[in-house]
Amino acid sequence: MRMPWIIDARTSNSRLVPIIAPLAAVIVTVVSGLVLMSFLGVEPGKALYQLFIAPLSTAFNVSEVLLKATPLLLIAQGLAIGFRAKIWNIGAEGQLILGAIGGSLLPIWFNDSQNVLMLPAMIVVGTCCGMAWAAIAAALRTRFNANEILVTLMLNSIALQLLYYLVAGPLRDPFGFNFPQSALFPDVAMLPTLFGGARVNAGLFVAIGLSLVAWFFVERSMVGYKLQVGGVAPHAARYAGFSEKRAVWLSLLIGGAAAGMAGVFEVAGPLGQLQRVVSPGYGFAAIIVAFLGGLNAIGILFAAFFMAVIYVGGDIAQASAGVPYAVNSVLQGILLITYIAARLFVDYRVRPRRAISTMAVS
Amino acid sequence: MKTELIGSKSGAGASCAPPLLELAGVTKSFATTVANDDISLSIAPGEIHAILGENGAGKSTLMKMIYGVLAPDSGRIRWQGEDVLMRNPAQARSLGIGMVFQHFSLFETLTVAENISLSTSQSAAKLSPRIAEIGNRFGLPVDPSAMVHSLSVGQRQRAEIIRCLLQQPKLIIMDEPTSVLPPSGIPPLFDTIRKLAEDGCAVLFISHKLEEIRALCHRATIMRAGKVVAAVDVATQTNRSLAELMIGREIPQPSRTPAKPGKRPALEIRALTHEPEDPFGTRLEGIDLVLHPGEIVGIAGVSGNGQKELAAILSGETSLSRAERDRVRINGESCGDLGPGQRRKLGLSFVPEERNGRGAVPEMTLVQNALLTAHPLGMVQKGLIARRDARAFTEHCISAMNVRCSGAAAEARSLSGGNLQKFIVGREIRLQPKILIASQPTWGVDIGAAAAIRQELIRLRDSGVAILVISDELEELFEVADRLQVLFRGRLSPSVDRADANSSLVGEYMTGGFLQQRIDSEAVAA
Repeated sequence: MRMPWIIDARTSNSRLVPIIAPLAAVIVTVVSGLVLMSFLGVEPGKALYQLFIAPLSTAFNVSEVLLKATPLLLIAQGLAIGFRAKIWNIGAEGQLILGAIGGSLLPIWFNDSQNVLMLPAMIVVGTCCGMAWAAIAAALRTRFNANEILVTLMLNSIALQLLYYLVAGPLRDPFGFNFPQSALFPDVAMLPTLFGGARVNAGLFVAIGLSLVAWFFVERSMVGYKLQVGGVAPHAARYAGFSEKRAVWLSLLIGGAAAGMAGVFEVAGPLGQLQRVVSPGYGFAAIIVAFLGGLNAIGILFAAFFMAVIYVGGDIAQASAGVPYAVNSVLQGILLITYIAARLFVDYRVRPRRAISTMAVS
Repeated sequence: MKTELIGSKSGAGASCAPPLLELAGVTKSFATTVANDDISLSIAPGEIHAILGENGAGKSTLMKMIYGVLAPDSGRIRWQGEDVLMRNPAQARSLGIGMVFQHFSLFETLTVAENISLSTSQSAAKLSPRIAEIGNRFGLPVDPSAMVHSLSVGQRQRAEIIRCLLQQPKLIIMDEPTSVLPPSGIPPLFDTIRKLAEDGCAVLFISHKLEEIRALCHRATIMRAGKVVAAVDVATQTNRSLAELMIGREIPQPSRTPAKPGKRPALEIRALTHEPEDPFGTRLEGIDLVLHPGEIVGIAGVSGNGQKELAAILSGETSLSRAERDRVRINGESCGDLGPGQRRKLGLSFVPEERNGRGAVPEMTLVQNALLTAHPLGMVQKGLIARRDARAFTEHCISAMNVRCSGAAAEARSLSGGNLQKFIVGREIRLQPKILIASQPTWGVDIGAAAAIRQELIRLRDSGVAILVISDELEELFEVADRLQVLFRGRLSPSVDRADANSSLVGEYMTGGFLQQRIDSEAVAA
């Protein structure tokens, strides 16, 4: 079919290009947020304040933003490594849930423990659980060529049902009046908070530290390079003898580990116990964060922060202006779609066909 | 019914007739390069006019402008004395310009007539007699009801030409039409072209093969680096003078000494039969191949006869089952089931025919592309990339192979095909392999650089490396190979020594002549 326009790849890209698309997406998201809120009867000035300025206005709100940025950052860094290799792990939410479950086992079983090794042990167990969940998808992909997008996506639902079962049964607090939640964790199982009264905890530093590790892994290590070649030019990877199976395993395991660790940080941080709800969709939002950050470790730092602002701003708007909870998801959706659309215009040139064919022969 | 090919009948080969097509001062530039600079050209009705130039000289850009695919930045195109504005190929066709592309655009699962009817408004049934008639008239025998996938490359080309002729063109552009044909297919094509010219149709013949141009064309326009360097009467030229016009200097001739092959084979394939995974791939049947250290073996044949499949089996990109691992041996070691990485560790290195996306990653820099296969040369320390070493290797490779690029940090896609090829060949040579497999090593590379690559191959052979060159350019194989084998429909011919190799024998092999021979000798043995 002949479209009335022509799309061709831009060959010469300036250094600014990686920043243009995310910036455009952020601006469009802010503007649409305001428009959306004014439809709901909130005047634009107030909406702007509640959604995007209030989250940064007080120390407590900033700490909430950083608290939410922690899991987003961790998961997005893990996912981005896989996405660069074109291994599409959509199951971070499920891997996070498994991490939360795994991380909860020790503090539930040894509820009166005083052992300082409790927290490190929880992190190890939870991270391994997240990896194991992702490993199911890796095994099915490498053994039976099952599409990892579908498998990881469906494993999310299974993970959620598993969590419901566990908090309602085996892991339920026996003295908890039958509420579907576990016992509260002992102090040794909790991440230290950074300053009094705020909930942001040491997990933030771990996430930032691991971001630097991720940057180093992608930019400097041979394994990171091999993964990237596999994503950009699979035939070249095969030609060079880089194993595709290894790339699938590594990508999914890294993503699963990061999401699993984020799960531990949720139960050992703001939650303090295992509940039916351990994540407000961090695993999905992190996919947007990874892309908004250009799959680049440094870019993801900023993207995670912005996404956390939307989370907190949405909560504030909900509480003070009575807008529905869905505002959050809508803004996330707008962010992703505008980013993808912006990438088209950044990577390709779109010209009307007529202008080309009538180009004068002077 | 008579199919009229419009055009003045008197104009065959004459340069005094009013020009059919005239270009004056046509210029076209892309982002960073001027592809065509002030091109002037004129073609008379009935003239066979060659456009001669190396790859990258700007031939394709020029043809695209004549055929309406690209619009010139400046200059004028005059058709039968009138200025025209070529908007698109449809308009070019309506004026009477047809084009036969190097790569065919036929659907494999349709018949010839059905394929042709797709580009006209007539039904396949109505077209069939006309196809047959044009076929007879111009020596293009092809069965209109045959399915395209069952046709040979030559027959497909005929179908393309007939499709073009049905539009009753006054000018036909042929883009390297002989590159897909076996030697025996070339004379019939030339007869057809001559008949067309006698009928008054002008032919624009694009090629870089000098022999062909001298045998066929009346005049030649020679292009170099986007400019017309000469427009000559072909009859007054020699191959040498044409080549020197084309590359702008004398052609270096590689020097060689007799091969001293080692006794133990470096690479062996024994009785290999392989079904392709790709439904349109070629089945390899009963392949036996032995390659010794210190010799160059050439695999000749028209591409599409199993070269791709054979190369992938040798490189390990297609690995065999464990049961068949003995079929491929490197230095006596069975390795049929090993992947490309493990075979590289055994001393094999490989130049694939596709450079973009296989031999190199277009989006990555040359340093990153050097890492692709050269990383075992100390470029990885404790799992981290030793960037200084990688850079040094890359720069060495660039200067040694005279790769034209903006530096080691240039993205591979910013290089021309030939320059990227030089880089890939340079990289694979610098891995110090024991066995080098090179598939179309000089494809798209200019004459001077191709000569350098061939010289490098011979030098490598003299240092004891076993080299296999797969190429569809016979000239190239005659120049470098110590022995030749021909691949035809997935079967490998007996080996022919350099001294006994000539184009008639190899040409016969290229159309399957050896199969008959083999049957005969089996009969004698029985």
